[in-house]
Amino acid sequence: MIVNRTHWMLAGIAAFGMSSLGDGLFAQQNGGAQGRPANPPAANGEIEIVPVRGHIYLLAGAGGNITLSVGPDGVLLVDSGLAQYADKVLAAIRQLSREIDVEGQPVKSYAPPKPIRFIINTHVHADHTGGNEKLRQAGKTFTGGNVTGDIADAAEGAAILAHESVLNRMSASRGGEARTAADAWPTETYYKDSMKLSHFFNGEGVRLIHMPNAHTDGDSLVYFRGSDVLTTGDIFVTTGYPFIDLERGGSVQGILNALNYILDLVIPEFRTEGGTLIIPGHGRISDTADVAYYRDMVTIVRDRVQASIKKGMTLEQVKASRPTADWDPRYGSGDRFVEGVYRSLTAKK
Amino acid sequence: MKTEGLWIWLALSTPLVAQMDFAGEWAPVQDEDNTGNPHIGEFIGIPMSEAGRLRSEAWSSSYMTLPEWQCRPHGAMYISRGPSQVRIWKEVDPVSRQITAWHAEWLRSIDNPYYMDGRAQPSELAPHTWGGFSTATYEGEMLKITTTHLKEDYYRRNGVPSSDRATLTQYWIRRGDYLTWVTIAYDPIYLTEPMIRSSEYRLALNQQIPPYPCTVVDEVDRPKGVVPHELPGTNPYLGEFGQKYDIPIEATGGGAASMYPELARKIIRQKNAATKK
Repeated sequence: MIVNRTHWMLAGIAAFGMSSLGDGLFAQQNGGAQGRPANPPAANGEIEIVPVRGHIYLLAGAGGNITLSVGPDGVLLVDSGLAQYADKVLAAIRQLSREIDVEGQPVKSYAPPKPIRFIINTHVHADHTGGNEKLRQAGKTFTGGNVTGDIADAAEGAAILAHESVLNRMSASRGGEARTAADAWPTETYYKDSMKLSHFFNGEGVRLIHMPNAHTDGDSLVYFRGSDVLTTGDIFVTTGYPFIDLERGGSVQGILNALNYILDLVIPEFRTEGGTLIIPGHGRISDTADVAYYRDMVTIVRDRVQASIKKGMTLEQVKASRPTADWDPRYGSGDRFVEGVYRSLTAKK
Repeated sequence: MKTEGLWIWLALSTPLVAQMDFAGEWAPVQDEDNTGNPHIGEFIGIPMSEAGRLRSEAWSSSYMTLPEWQCRPHGAMYISRGPSQVRIWKEVDPVSRQITAWHAEWLRSIDNPYYMDGRAQPSELAPHTWGGFSTATYEGEMLKITTTHLKEDYYRRNGVPSSDRATLTQYWIRRGDYLTWVTIAYDPIYLTEPMIRSSEYRLALNQQIPPYPCTVVDEVDRPKGVVPHELPGTNPYLGEFGQKYDIPIEATGGGAASMYPELARKIIRQKNAATKK
């Protein structure tokens, strides 16, 4: 595991700075020679953890980004990565839990780390839910009273929270999709606009906000109110175009609505920079300006495809017109995105 | 004995390596092409890629009325080219008295720190910012600054984009009361060649950079979700600059060739030939 020493000092008007978080607590990541920064770590199991703010960390390299809240109440994860990297993720979380000084006390290196209490899934895809089963089994739900009396296994494993659609898709074998193991299913779901943890966790409120028919039909944003950190799932990524999962209820307008909602929610610290920090489904830590650029790109491509549809152009003709050519060198081929936009806009209502 | 003491004192007070001091208030010398207000479609001199050209041609000035962009600063790719004055100051370690960082701030920028304390690069997962992450070293009396982790930005404020994969090398060269600020942009997405530009500043001892407050307002009453842009092939303003100054689109449209004198000579030859006819 690599834990970057970067600690965001967004005080004042500094762009960002770095400071040591402790004496030898973290292995130092050295980016090496100056010049073009390396690409973000691929999903190859090379785990990297970057401090975001307060108790919040970004864990990358295990599939989709995983957001961690690690503190006196234990561990909360947003998403769980690919199944094959769950052991590495678990080891990284345990090491981090041992290393960080969660209560202003001297580090107790030999103390067992606190358990995983919650896993929140932003959506159903396997690169965000694949580790559910193993990570849940390594955790624990704190409960009591009638609950433990009536439900014998209520305290077994961490709780998994998600929109109801995630549970529906994971628990059903439809459309050729295999049903996932029951231990990986969400244990607590919501079906309206939002859901809150019923109490502070690691000193702050945590809210799940449903974004209808965006990347899928079960997308949740997860907002850490005290830290002012927002996890977006794959509604926003910095590594490519959005994937509009039409088969699972996604739509381009849903993605745009969600991106505009995010822009309404976040507040920059100064000059569209800093302030609310955003952890995308894939890629680097971002802020208001990064999401705004992404929203602009999706809107412009949507408008171009819409204009082509109005002219009566077929999907192949639209692809051939290369409406994403301005961004392809940055995000790769736009064909799948264009097809998603086209099919989304031409779908029968 | 007294003389020996004086020589020892002089020896100790002389820096081992001459380090130019850049601290101070500097005003831009606007006798170059850095006056800051380009025309739409004025892309001459920018070695932009095909993707860069397409984005530039789709740009609408109404874009800057979007709430998210009203209070944006000029980023590192543009700010030293703008018409704004700059304040430069240094951080000095109180014990060693080594310079640990330089800072620069313009009228419409954020603080740009240039670290000289040997710190490592941040992770690529770290946020990208308008000023980026910069380290600096002296090369003789010049200061060389290397910047990564930049946000997407613009090279010219008529929509010529720079990418978040771009990096920047800058040089500060001081000659008395004048400071030459050289920028070399490397951008694998929106440039086909490195773009080298230089700007001049003059020391201005009585200068004060005023505050630049900004509040987001509804500048244009438009439906939520609208992003102003021109559809491909429909921008009616692209030709205005070339028509006004009688410069062919071959040059105004930018690209690497528009940086070099050969293109200017070719255009002059063509005009001369046309005049003779």
